[in-house]
Amino acid sequence: MAKVPVQFTLNGSEKAEFVESGTTLLNTLRDKIGDTSPKGGCQQGTCGACSVIVDGELRLSCLTLAETCNGVAITTTSGLAEGGVLHPLQRAFLDTFATQCGFCTPGMIMAAKVLLDHTPNPSREDVVEALSGNICRCTGYEPIIQAVLTAARANSQNAA
Amino acid sequence: MELRKSYFADVRKDDLHEIGQPRPRSDSPGHVTGKTAYFADHNFPGMLHLKMVRSPHHHARIRSIDTSEAEKHPGVVRVLTARDVPHNVYTILILIQIGPEDETVLADGKVRWKGEAVVAVLAETERAAQEAAAKVKVDYEVLPAVFDMEEALKPGAPIVNEYHGQNYYLYDSGECRKVRFGDVEAGFAEADHVLEQSYQSSPIEHAPTETTGCVVMPEGNDRFTCYTNTQAMFFTLDNTSIILQMPGSKLHFVGGTVGGGFGGKVDVIVEPIAILGAKLTGRPVSFIYSREEEMQISSPRAAEKVVIKDGVMKDGRIVARKVTGYTDAGAYSRHSPYGAQKGAGHYPGPYTIPNVWIDTYCVYTNRTPSSAMRGFGVTIGDFALEVQMDKLARLIGMDPLEFRFINAYRDGDMKAHRQPTEGAALIECMQEASRAANWPVAEKFMAMSSYKKGA
Ligand code: FES
Ligand code: FES
Repeated sequence: MAKVPVQFTLNGSEKAEFVESGTTLLNTLRDKIGDTSPKGGCQQGTCGACSVIVDGELRLSCLTLAETCNGVAITTTSGLAEGGVLHPLQRAFLDTFATQCGFCTPGMIMAAKVLLDHTPNPSREDVVEALSGNICRCTGYEPIIQAVLTAARANSQNAA
Repeated sequence: MELRKSYFADVRKDDLHEIGQPRPRSDSPGHVTGKTAYFADHNFPGMLHLKMVRSPHHHARIRSIDTSEAEKHPGVVRVLTARDVPHNVYTILILIQIGPEDETVLADGKVRWKGEAVVAVLAETERAAQEAAAKVKVDYEVLPAVFDMEEALKPGAPIVNEYHGQNYYLYDSGECRKVRFGDVEAGFAEADHVLEQSYQSSPIEHAPTETTGCVVMPEGNDRFTCYTNTQAMFFTLDNTSIILQMPGSKLHFVGGTVGGGFGGKVDVIVEPIAILGAKLTGRPVSFIYSREEEMQISSPRAAEKVVIKDGVMKDGRIVARKVTGYTDAGAYSRHSPYGAQKGAGHYPGPYTIPNVWIDTYCVYTNRTPSSAMRGFGVTIGDFALEVQMDKLARLIGMDPLEFRFINAYRDGDMKAHRQPTEGAALIECMQEASRAANWPVAEKFMAMSSYKKGA
């Protein structure tokens, strides 16, 4: 099958791949590039485990074709920690026990990051709304909501 | 969090210092950084993808299987049928001598539930495997099916599973697990009220966020490394060893990281066939359930029916309890004979009742085989028992919590299955619940203890 070239940045570094037409961004990141932090829970746009950030917007990588990603900037959870220092969201997920089996966690963190990037001081309702596309079967959501609110508070304290 | 040291002060060590302290989980840093390696994060060059051809019928005889078109499909490397599996008929609890072997890895001559695995296709890509699977031709003769446990137990019902010969699991105690304690009929005769109710549940899917699967790497020396999300590593290894007639020393299982299990990943379903595929092709193999397979194919919690008949006195004492429990195993045993047996031991509930009669049946129907899920065998039973307790309290006009204090088991009480009660803490839990929920009960109940018989 014909392959298409695709080039983008992943967590700040340049990537170039040849992919079969129709290959999802999820499979490209995981199988070709080796960033396995986005997870495939359904491959049909219903669980949010594959969430990544494309040019600042939250995207389901299982429903995004790699060939549409030329020239974009992609962020995944594996790229959040800087110099071994956890991102405030990662810290908060740890501290509030917002991760159990962890399979939903990278997607949750992506959804939360997009929220906080746009809305630094979200209400609880904002958080619930922002996470509404992400399924967690383990935690019952409450610790995740608390983690996002905790991270938002930590951010605004650092900014002050 | 407050630690109430007054409870069981004399039997408990007083150096507890972890309780009430937040302690980081050792696996969380991996989870939040996306570094935790789940089985599907292992990817090998040349890896084949396995897709299963599944039965579209609830119950059918297989007249013939034609894989020739599938084998010719571009990208297909190997197609597996029952003939390829060394020990095709198995049952997972055979490891603890609970037989008979009653399930096929790949269907042989018959399918007994809709979704049963019939033919495995191994191909270079997921897509090629999927397309080729659609080209496998299976000629079925559809048979009458039975979906209801009581229908299945009637004489003349279609036989679901010939390895059992009848539609129930034959325990050494007969057609059901039995508990007999005291004289239940005498108890009903003496009771002020008798209440019989029946309770029913549907199958429940665990729906883990990560679907069931494994990735197998042949190591080139006739050993195989299997990255799996099984919740039962050695149990799966040992069963795989039986199914593939391969010494366990040739199998290296890597796992323990599970993206949600809840009991749904304790059956031995994906590993044997994926390892066989790797052995016969010499290539790495990945077999991952789609979300649809996870919801439709993986074992759910069993559907259950529980009939409870209680005799109760006006003063709140339950004097007789008769329970008939039915566990819907679906077409194959898996863990269900054990689940139904657990129910038999559990059904009196945490209550001391002088006259008890329990029968629990493990029933075969043409439904998806059920298996383990969080407290299987007792969870639905507890729902039924506690609803029944509320109904009994209402019947005699008593506070439902006080009613439970009156009947609560305490240390030294003989349970119906002849285990003396030890380490009971029901009374103390209910006392705390009474405080926490602001649901006051009479002082005499707050003064009770699990091991000091007073009140
Ligand atoms: S894998 Fe993309 S939404 Fe579930
Ligand atoms: S932690 Fe398991 S799915 Fe969310």
